[in-house]
Amino acid sequence: MTESAPVSKSEKPKVAFYWCASCGGCEEAVVDLAEKILDVVAAVDIVFWPVALDFKRKDVEAMPDGAILASFMNGAIRTTEQEEMAHLLRQKSKVLVAFGSCAQLGGIPGLANLSSRESIFQTVYHESPSTVNTEGTVPKRFYRENGFCVTLPGFFDTVQALDQVVDVDYYLPGCAPTPKLIQQAIETLLSGALPPKGTVLAPDRALCEECPRKDSRPEKLTLTAFKRPHEVLIDEQKCLLAQGVVCMGPATRGGCEALCPQGNMPCTGCFGPTSRVRDFGAKVLSSLASIMDSNDEKEIERITSTIPDPVGTFYRYSLPSSLLRRKKLVASPVTKA
Amino acid sequence: MPEEKNKSQRGPQNGFEPKIVAFFCNWCTYLAADLAGTSRMKYAPNMRVIRLMCSGRVDPQFVLEAFAKGADGVLIGGCHPGDCHYQEGNYKTLRRFEMLKRVVKEMGIEEDRLRLEWISASEAERLKVAVNDMVEKVRALGPLELGTTAEHFPEEVMVS
Repeated sequence: MTESAPVSKSEKPKVAFYWCASCGGCEEAVVDLAEKILDVVAAVDIVFWPVALDFKRKDVEAMPDGAILASFMNGAIRTTEQEEMAHLLRQKSKVLVAFGSCAQLGGIPGLANLSSRESIFQTVYHESPSTVNTEGTVPKRFYRENGFCVTLPGFFDTVQALDQVVDVDYYLPGCAPTPKLIQQAIETLLSGALPPKGTVLAPDRALCEECPRKDSRPEKLTLTAFKRPHEVLIDEQKCLLAQGVVCMGPATRGGCEALCPQGNMPCTGCFGPTSRVRDFGAKVLSSLASIMDSNDEKEIERITSTIPDPVGTFYRYSLPSSLLRRKKLVASPVTKA
Repeated sequence: MPEEKNKSQRGPQNGFEPKIVAFFCNWCTYLAADLAGTSRMKYAPNMRVIRLMCSGRVDPQFVLEAFAKGADGVLIGGCHPGDCHYQEGNYKTLRRFEMLKRVVKEMGIEEDRLRLEWISASEAERLKVAVNDMVEKVRALGPLELGTTAEHFPEEVMVS
């Protein structure tokens, strides 16, 4: 038995973490377990975690199928490399958990589905004010020099949620998931008493239910304008919607214990929908639009216009998993090699 | 490639017939459609009517799902303002419609593909005109074809 074997020989269940198109906040959330991460490490072997540990893709490839108890993947699927890793970890894991809003719903990176790949590359490599690219260099998938070939992952036109690429067992919602939910999820997985496949590992109730401002919400709520947080001096006790601030609590799944409303900021919907809703943004739209205080078309139009960016507001975390998934591509020919 | 085949089959050169999904309220617009039928009025046969108790029941999800599953246009029909059987269902429809219109537009779907009409039970003629007009406008726009882009993600990989 060699001491330097890359994969531990102990019988502890194996766990992997991986990130795709994400900001790194979900990795932070694992670290935010603080001293409780020691309990996790005591109970499991972390066999793959590129952010923190030096294991390589080939180490994962060397494992037998299903060798990992659970893989936690955060981030949306933006590149071919991420898609490959999703397939690899799916194959090697008994349980695959979509970790955080981006993996569950597409997340903030998913708003790129309002643009095409061409326009993204145009902005990033040519047009943005901070770009200096006089030679017009753009990334290529393959580049040959001196007999060597360098490769880069392919860049999809459309950002996808994890379950649009591979089969997902559970979802851990949030941007990022709270330490409490992460800990509960790990405990549940280790207990062996697994919830039904497809379960979102958070309570199935609207956020308003757990909001400390709940009691100040008027019975009949009507608004003559939607306000963004910088446009109003927010009262720290009163229901945010009642103050005219766009708060998505009524349509968003609870479980975060109203962290944002407690910090005097409205809910932006990162926990996604409850189990009975298919398209989160449409449901937010429905609940906010119906409280507009007018029956007159012109006035309704005016109130509507106080939300300057409806798609970005309602689908902030969920555009790729919405019914329409992306802005309609104008017929541009797909270049094939 | 299969999607090109689909495109050409549905293209204007092959007599493209728009698919219009219509959500009509039980008390007004559906009765107008019924009246148009019993009066043997002729109008474009492109509409698939779904009867709901009230236009206020039209969840924006219904409209988006119709588009996602292949509708070229969606028509919502309800009672005239003030005439709602449930007092104010159609006002809620109007509010949601105004907001949804902006979302749909931002998602790259042309405005003429989504339409709201107030048509009372006696206005069969108005229904006929509205449906004919919408079918012509959508026909001019051509097929929506959101589905083809969604089904062919792997082919969208950057290749250069």
